[in-house]
Order: sequence, then structure tokens, then C-alpha cells
Amino acid sequence: MPKGQMPKGPRGIMLGAKGKVKKGTLKRLLQYVTKKHKKQMVIVFICIILSTVANVGGTLFLRTLIDDYITPLLSTVNPVFDSLLKAIATMACIYVVGVISSYIYQRVMAVTAQGVLKDIRDDMFDKMEELPIRYFDTHTHGEIMSHYTNDTDTLRQMISQSLPNIISSSMTVIATFISMLYLSPLLSVFVVVFTTLILLCSNTLVKKSSKYFVAQQQSLATVNGYVEEMISGQKVIKVFTHEEKAKEAFDKLNDQLYTDMYTANKFANILMPVANNLGNLEYVLVALVGTVMAINNVAGLTLGTIVSFLNLTRGFNMPIQQVSNQLNAVIMALAGASRIFEMMDEEKEVDDGYVTLVNAKIEDGKLVECKERTGIWAWKHPHHDGTLDYVEVKGHIELRNVDFGYEPNKLVLHDVSVYAKPGQKIAFVGATGAGKTTITNLINRFYDIEDGKIRYDGININKIKKDDLRRSLGMVLQDTNLFTGTIKENIMYGKEDATDEEVIEAAKLANAHNFIMHLPNGYDTMLTNNGAQLSQGQRQLISIARAAINNPPVMILDEATSSIDTRTEKIVQDGMDKLMEGRTVFVIAHRLSTVRNSKAIMVLDHGRIIERGSHDELIEQKGQYYQLYTGAFELE
Amino acid sequence: MLKKLSKSVREYKWAAFITPVFVTLEVIMEVVIPLLMANLIDDGVYMGEMNAALKIGVELIIAAVLSLIFGCLSGITASKASAGFAKNLRKDLYYKVQDFSFANIDKFSTASLVTRLTTDVSNVQQAFQMLTRITVRAPLMLVISVIMAININAELSMILLIIVPIIAITLFFILRYVHPLMEKVFRKYDDLNEVVEENVSGIRVVKSFVIEEKEKKKFGKVSSDIYNTFSKAEKIMAFTMPTMQFAIYLCIILISWFGANIIVNTGMTDLTTGQLMTFITYSIQILSSLMMISMVIMMLTIARASAERIYEVLIEEPNIKDKENPVTEVKNGDIEFNNVSFSYVDDKEKECLKDINLKIESGQTIGIIGGTGSGKSSLVNLIPRLYDVTEGSVKVGDVDVRDYDLKALRDQVSCVLQKNVLFSGTITENIKWGDENATDEDVQRVCKLAQADEFIQGFPDKYNTYIEQGGTNVSGGQKQRLCIARALLKKPKILILDDSTSAVDTKTDSLIRKAFREEIPDTTKIIIAQRISSVEDADKIIVIDDGKINGFGTHEELLKNNAIYKEVYDSQMKGSDTDA
Repeated sequence: MPKGQMPKGPRGIMLGAKGKVKKGTLKRLLQYVTKKHKKQMVIVFICIILSTVANVGGTLFLRTLIDDYITPLLSTVNPVFDSLLKAIATMACIYVVGVISSYIYQRVMAVTAQGVLKDIRDDMFDKMEELPIRYFDTHTHGEIMSHYTNDTDTLRQMISQSLPNIISSSMTVIATFISMLYLSPLLSVFVVVFTTLILLCSNTLVKKSSKYFVAQQQSLATVNGYVEEMISGQKVIKVFTHEEKAKEAFDKLNDQLYTDMYTANKFANILMPVANNLGNLEYVLVALVGTVMAINNVAGLTLGTIVSFLNLTRGFNMPIQQVSNQLNAVIMALAGASRIFEMMDEEKEVDDGYVTLVNAKIEDGKLVECKERTGIWAWKHPHHDGTLDYVEVKGHIELRNVDFGYEPNKLVLHDVSVYAKPGQKIAFVGATGAGKTTITNLINRFYDIEDGKIRYDGININKIKKDDLRRSLGMVLQDTNLFTGTIKENIMYGKEDATDEEVIEAAKLANAHNFIMHLPNGYDTMLTNNGAQLSQGQRQLISIARAAINNPPVMILDEATSSIDTRTEKIVQDGMDKLMEGRTVFVIAHRLSTVRNSKAIMVLDHGRIIERGSHDELIEQKGQYYQLYTGAFELE
Repeated sequence: MLKKLSKSVREYKWAAFITPVFVTLEVIMEVVIPLLMANLIDDGVYMGEMNAALKIGVELIIAAVLSLIFGCLSGITASKASAGFAKNLRKDLYYKVQDFSFANIDKFSTASLVTRLTTDVSNVQQAFQMLTRITVRAPLMLVISVIMAININAELSMILLIIVPIIAITLFFILRYVHPLMEKVFRKYDDLNEVVEENVSGIRVVKSFVIEEKEKKKFGKVSSDIYNTFSKAEKIMAFTMPTMQFAIYLCIILISWFGANIIVNTGMTDLTTGQLMTFITYSIQILSSLMMISMVIMMLTIARASAERIYEVLIEEPNIKDKENPVTEVKNGDIEFNNVSFSYVDDKEKECLKDINLKIESGQTIGIIGGTGSGKSSLVNLIPRLYDVTEGSVKVGDVDVRDYDLKALRDQVSCVLQKNVLFSGTITENIKWGDENATDEDVQRVCKLAQADEFIQGFPDKYNTYIEQGGTNVSGGQKQRLCIARALLKKPKILILDDSTSAVDTKTDSLIRKAFREEIPDTTKIIIAQRISSVEDADKIIVIDDGKINGFGTHEELLKNNAIYKEVYDSQMKGSDTDA
């Protein structure tokens, strides 16, 4: 298995970066919102303004109500309520507009948020499909998965709730402040000074709590990671009666999580009462100062004005508190977005190949391109001088003096040369980490070579379009990896436009037809969870059929039968043998019995080919292969 | 269910109980404050009475300080209670799982146990924090505000009687329609995760078959599904806020109109302008309390599913327990199976071992051969009592395994599982799982026995080499040998290797067996293998087929009289001669 030697993801660094937000993340996130949803955002913006105006208007209305209507009416003998009714009716109209616009922006924003999330998800997946294999080597499955779950989740809250909340809160603050200025500039200045004080206080608390929230996330990740590792190995724990030890270590981590969680929530929880009551204090002070001013008739303040001003003061503080309450959510969301963008910014798998794979037929002894499938493929090779060349795809593969390393300066293959003529079977044997799988990964360009040349039918594979190169190679891997869908769909992965007959034919070739027909739904049986309802052998047969259906001239079989017991292997082996006929085949096998009949066997050791030849030749040489074969040497 | 879960509160009980008390005090202050504010306006500001204003102002400040204190205290105790509850819940779950037998673990599956311990606990914790604070706060606020409102003016309070039901009904309908949609959304998320998971783990297949575009389409479809369903839910949820606003505005308008009438008609006797303002404040408080209650209900419904999943684990009874006065010493490595039948699901139809009778003497080496699913692993799992027999009995050292103290039994019956796991930590740490008091020499000795010392010495950090989670940075064969060394360190009387040398080459395999013979002759060794070569020199070989013993004898005997054994032997010896 090549997994062991590949560079592992720097997990510690990943965790360490948690909670840190890269610069420009917010801008990029907002671009997602504005790019595709410009019209919606304009509507949202207008509606937020309308609803804010209605809201602030409501507060102002109470002053008018008391000062201009109720107080004068009190002094009249026969109060007439007509004008009051009119005023209230006007207010009702404004409120209706407020409610409607509020509904509109809530709805549009929520749907837009879902749209943005969908765009981000889709972009993320599109990007992921284009990332080089190297990315998957260096990131754990859990890490990649969490971009789609945890990270995206934090964004939803932020876009659909925090964002409009912040916009409307700032609007309210501005509108309220204008009204306050209008009522009394002097008192407004007082309020501003005091509010700044409140903000400073909240800011300190938010900073503290977000620091501990980051710590909490970290501890949570540690505990979850530990739980996952231990429970995955629970059976081993039982066998070694290691339960008490496992509990001890868990308790330590769990206690740490408790401390962080408690501290983070403590600061977050006292934020509200602190801000609220500072607001109350402000209210009292404004009331006292206002009264003094009104009594002394400073700046023409009436008592009614003070009353409305006091209401505005409350209306001014509320949105500010709301925003500070949202800050934790925003910080978390930005951290999530930052991780998502990090993945999106990964370098794509580059493909500058220009030689393409086309269907061809022979007309007048010459190879001509055609639309329909003829069973003959050709490489369409445009040259610099504008001429076109067609080369028939035969499966002649040549590696010459290839060097390769997963990390720079750490070569795992040294000077490897392999020649496979059309129809030949070439086998690789050697210890784990000797480089067997690596060689096949170079042929299909999962990785690019450091030095040397690989040619396919005489064409340097760097010139061939990656997709076309891979289409011309059939792969059967040790890990079968079937996908959710019917058996038929799974086989058709090898050839998208395959007919039912072709599917059945491929299944027959792989010895899979019989067992498929025995399933209640035959080819339409739904596979879920990597085909868990099938046996290992059956899954392998389907994966062989999947590789066979496209009738590729070259096949790569990487340890395709190693995890199957010997009796099942027989059935699979028959399928494989039929499949190999008339193709160039590269086989990697653990059991030497499967490679005996190869045209040539390459014995690899530490990235070098140390012996090559047919089975009989190698046995005669009495070298490594002979030792391997007779069991005198370790093969691992 | 709640009773069982609430048991995990334990030492944080006082925090959990005192939080509502503080919340209550805080709420009372919050109700008093608007009242004082009204007084401040009416008796102070409006009258232009500076002294009165000052007096009420001071009262207000005192109330604010008290509110601040109670607010902070409730915040602190609430976070203590909820963090503590979560801690204990995780601990209880984890401890419970430690007590689980193999059968219990199989029932839940590892992945689901992990989710229950992580995501589900977080959900329940959030709900719990809500419960201690808001569940007390909102209804209390509602009741007090209603009382105060009626106190100010009973007539005007009638307006609330009309508006509150409107809100309640609207919220009820919103919840009712949104909930099933949200459940659907969660299911769609599962689908989405599945597609991603498949693509991440099968990326080589995706790239080899050039099906990126197809997978993108598949993902796009699930992604759109989520978008559509979620949008539908959001569109309904978007009614919540406007409904609230509508109710508040309606309240203000109605109160303004009727209030103004009352004020003017009674000449400020029944209702003052200040009271009018206060009344409006209380109305808004009543409505927002209702809103809070609806949000709590929404949260609780989400948490309910999680709570149920946690509950399932907590009530699961470990089905393998120590007997009273158990035997604590294993005399020797004799093993005896008497009429043993076994089924994983306690169903006679689905027995995977049928009527097994066996006698193995201390110190013997026994090989077991059989196809996948024939019952090899099931057979050996019964010896350290990883599962209990369905019928019959298994004896170790002449004592029924059910009579032993589990730890004593498993310390003497060392089992190298087929699906074995190394844990993150150094090689020494991993080996020492077998015996934490072992010296470095002991560790090296067992590693030599298991033919692991050589490659360990080849690592730059030797025995301090760090093994990554799941042992991904050593090869399959190296991992297997480390697992064998770990099992050897226990100095067991019985050693079971369940297909534990499949990735080790035949040469090393035979060296390991040779070391076993020479170094631990008194230990009973049971070896399950795919390869005949791994078992042919055993004292006796068991051939298992379809849950029954098909043959029991030496290599030579079986070759002569056992068809299955001969078939397997032939297929492995002939190898590729039958190919081509």
C-alpha cells in the first residue's frame, strides 16, 4: 500500500489555523452574495431602509402623539378626535409598508443565502474534482468533509441572519441618531460619548469570549478526535482490557474542554446584562440631564421632546447590542469561510495536453477520424506547423529512465525503465514502498515525473490530454470504491453512453453476470455505502466489469485480488484472465501465483528495478525473485 | 428519557437550580426598570420636578446594578451548568461504551457512536443552556408583564387578549410547516455528505474513469435539492419576524388610539401619558416573550432527536458482565468447546456456529482454515468471551469462561484481531498496551519474537517512532507484527492470531511461528490463516465450513481425508498454472 510513504497532512498546523481569518475573506464572501444576486441585494437594501424608517418613525410618532395631539386635547373642553384618528391612520399606513418590506427582505435574504451556499458548495465540489491526487494524500477525509458540513453551516447563519441584522441595525442606528440630532444635538453628543463607553466594554468581553471560543473549538476537536480514535479501536481496547486507561485519558481532555467551554460561555453570557444595564444607566443620566435642561429652558427643549429622546436612546442602544451579540457568529463564520476559500485556492491539476483520443476507421489503408465507435481509437496529434497526425492507439507503453518523488529531493523511483509492447503482460513485485503503485500512478499521470520520459504509442504522455489518457487506461484497484446508484450505473462509469447489451457483455466478461442476475433487482439493484450489501469478491467483479466496458487497450490491475480469499479469488481470477486477453496489462500482485505467466516481471526494491525477466528466467537467476518465490525473503 | 439524561447533571445540580433563581431576580429587575422609567418621566421629567427625578433616578440606578449582578450571576451559573452537563454526558456515554461488549458495539456501529458522543451531545447541551435560562425567563417575563399591564389599565389590556392569540396561532403554523421541511433538509444533507465522502475516498476511481463531470452533476442535483427544500422552509420562516412586527405595530396603534381616548376623556386620571408609554413597553415585552418561547420550542424539537440517540446508548445494557465472585486465575491454556452454537443476533435460523465440540490442550498450536464467512473468527472470539455462546459452553483452564473475571480472562487470552488497530503514540507506547509496567527490554524482547525488532531498528527514531492514527505510517505487514508483539507482552496462556500474518511474507511468517514454538512453548496458540503454509506445521488443524467443523487433524491427515482442505491446498500450490 502506498499510503504509508506518502506525505501526511500537517494536522497540527491545520488545527492551529482554526479561528484565524485570512485577510479579504469577508470581501470575497460578500462578492458571492453580490455577484449573482445584485437585483436581490438592491431589493433587500431598499426594504431594509423602508422597514427601518417605519420602525424609527414609530418611536417618533409617540412623541407627536403626546405633544401634538393628547396634550392639546387635554386642554380642550370638547375634544375632537378627528385629527388624532388621521394621524394614527397615517402611522398605520407607514407600519404596513414597514411590515411588508420587512417580510420581503427577510424572505429574499434567506433565499439568497441558500443560493449563495449552493454556489459555494457547487464551486467547492467542482474545485475538489479538479484537485490533484496529491491534495487528497495530504488531507484527511474528515478534513475535506468538514468543509461541506461544519464550515458551510457557519456561513448559513451569518449570511441569512447576521448580515441583514447588521445592515438593519446600522440603519436603525443611523436613523435613530439623525432623529436624536434633530431633537437635541446636545443630548445626542452625550449619548454618543456614553455609547462609545458601552461599546468599549462589550468589545473587551467579545474579545475575551472569542479567544476562549477558539480554545473551545480546539478542545472540542481534540476530544472528538480522541473519541473517534478510541471508539474506532474499541474492540482492541476490550481485548487488552485497557478500559480504565482509556477513561483516564478521556477525562483529562474532557475536563479541559469543560473549562474552555465554561469560560467562553461565561463571557458571552455576561455581555448582555452588562450592555443592557449600562444602557439603563445612560437612560437615567439622559433623563436627569434632559430634565435639568428643560427646566432651565436650555436650547428650547420641551419635556415631550425629552420623553421621545429617552425612547430614542433605548432604540439607539438596542441595535448596537444586537450587533455585538452577532460578532461571535461572524468570527466563526469568517473562520469557516477562510477554510473553504483555502481549499478553493488550491492549485488545480494542470492539463496542457493537446493530443486527443478519437474514434477512427481505416479507409483506403489510411487512418481517418470518425464519429461512431469502431473499436479502433486513434491519437489525434496536431503539430506545430499546423499539420495533423493520426496514430492508432495500440497500447505500446514505454518508461525511460524515470525518476520520481512525492516530495522534492526525496526520490522514490530511480532510473526506472519499462517497455510494454501491445498485448504484453508486465508484472511488478516488491515490498511495500518499493514503488509498484507509484509507477502505475505515473502512467495515468496522477503524478508527474521528475525526470525521464513516458511514451504511449510513441507520444510523450505529457502531450496527451489527461482525460483522454485516462480513458485509454482501464484501472482495477485494490479498494473497489463503488458509488451510490444501480449496478448498471456503476458499470456504465466506464463508458457513459453504453447500451444495456454492452453492460451485460462487460459483466459476463468479468464473471459478474451470474451473481447480478441472482439479485432480486438484477442490474437495477441499488448500491449504497460503497456496495456494502455485496461481498468483497462481488464488488471486485463489478469494478472489473466497470474497467472492461470501455474496452481499453491498456489495463492496470493494482493488487486487485489481494483481499479476497483463495476460493473467491478463483472466480475473480477467471474474470481477470479473460479481461487481459489481447491487451497491454500492468499487474501488481501480492501473490506471486498471479504474475507467473507474465511476459516480464519487474522486481522492485527501494524504487529501483533490481531484476527483470520472465518467471522461468528469474527463477534460474536465483536472485531476489527466486527467494521471494521460495518464501526465503520478505515480501511486504 | 429526561430523567435518565438529567442524571448527568450531578455536581452541577446547584448551578442548574440556582440559574433559574438568578434569572427570576433578573427578570423582576427588568420589569421594575421600565416601571421606574415611567415614574421618572411622569413624576420627574414631565412635571419638571428635579428632586423627584433625582430620587427615582437613583432608584433606577440601584435596580440597574442589581439587574447587572443577577444577570452576570445567572450567565455564569448557566454556562457552568451547561458546560458541566455536557462534560458529564460525554463522560457517561464514553464510560458506557467502555463497558460495552462486542455485541453492543456491533449494534450501534462505530460511526454512529462517535456522532452520538460529539454532535448529539453538542445539540443537547445547547438545548440545556436554553432550558436553564430562556425557558424560565420567557414565561416569567410573559406573566409579570401581563400582570403589570393589567395593573396599569385593565381595559387597555383587552387589546393584548386579541393580539396574543394571533401571534400564537401564526407561530404554531409556522413551526408546524417548517419542522417536516427541516427534517427533509437534514436527510438531504446526509445524501450530500455521502456523495462527497464517495468522491473523496474514491477520487482515484473518479479520475481514472474521467467521470468528474458526471459526479459534478450528481452533486449539483443534491445541492439543488437542499437549496429548494431549504428555501421553501426559509420562505415560511421569513413570516416570523414580520408577524411579530405586525403584532407590535398593531398593538402600538390600538393602544395609542384607545389610550389617547382614555387619557383625554378621564383627564389623565385613569391613565397618564407616562403610563401609556410603559404600557407599550410591556406589550412589546409580552410579544417578544412569546417569540422566545416559540424559538425554544424549535430548538427543543431539533435537540429531541439528539437526546433520543444519546438515551439509546445510555440505556443499552452491556450484555457481558462479570459474575458475582468470579474466578480470577486462569489455571492453564486448555480450551474446551461443548456443543457450542452461536448466533450474533440470537436467532436460531442465523447461527454462524453450529454444535461445535473441541478439545485443545495447553501448549498446542492449532491452525484454523476456512472460507470467508465460514465462522473462523466467530469461533475464536468466544474464547476470550468477546461474545457469549448462544448454546453450550466454552471452557478455558477447565472453567467456564462466564465464571471468570473478565479482565483476568482477557489478560490470559490474548487476541490479535483481524481488523487490528494501532493508536497514535510511539511504538513503545503502543506495545505497552499489553502491559503498562513492562520495561524497555520486555518490549524489545516481544518485538524480536514477533520479528518486528529489525524494521523498528531501521526507523530513525527506533522505538520512539510516532505511529499515526490508525497506524497509517507503517506498512500492513509491519502493523500486523506490532500488533502481535503487543499481544505477546501480556504473557498470555492462550494466544489467538486471527488472520494476523496475511500481509507478512511466508518466510517471516514461519520465523514468527518458530519463535512461538521455542520461546513460548507453554502458551496455547491458535492461528487463523488463509495460507496453508501458515498452518501446515501446527499440531492440529481445524477446517471450518459453514459454521461446522469439517475436519480436525494434522496436515497429513487432512490432505488425505478432507476434500475442502485438499482443494484449498491444491489451489494454492498450483498457483498460476491454472491461469492463462
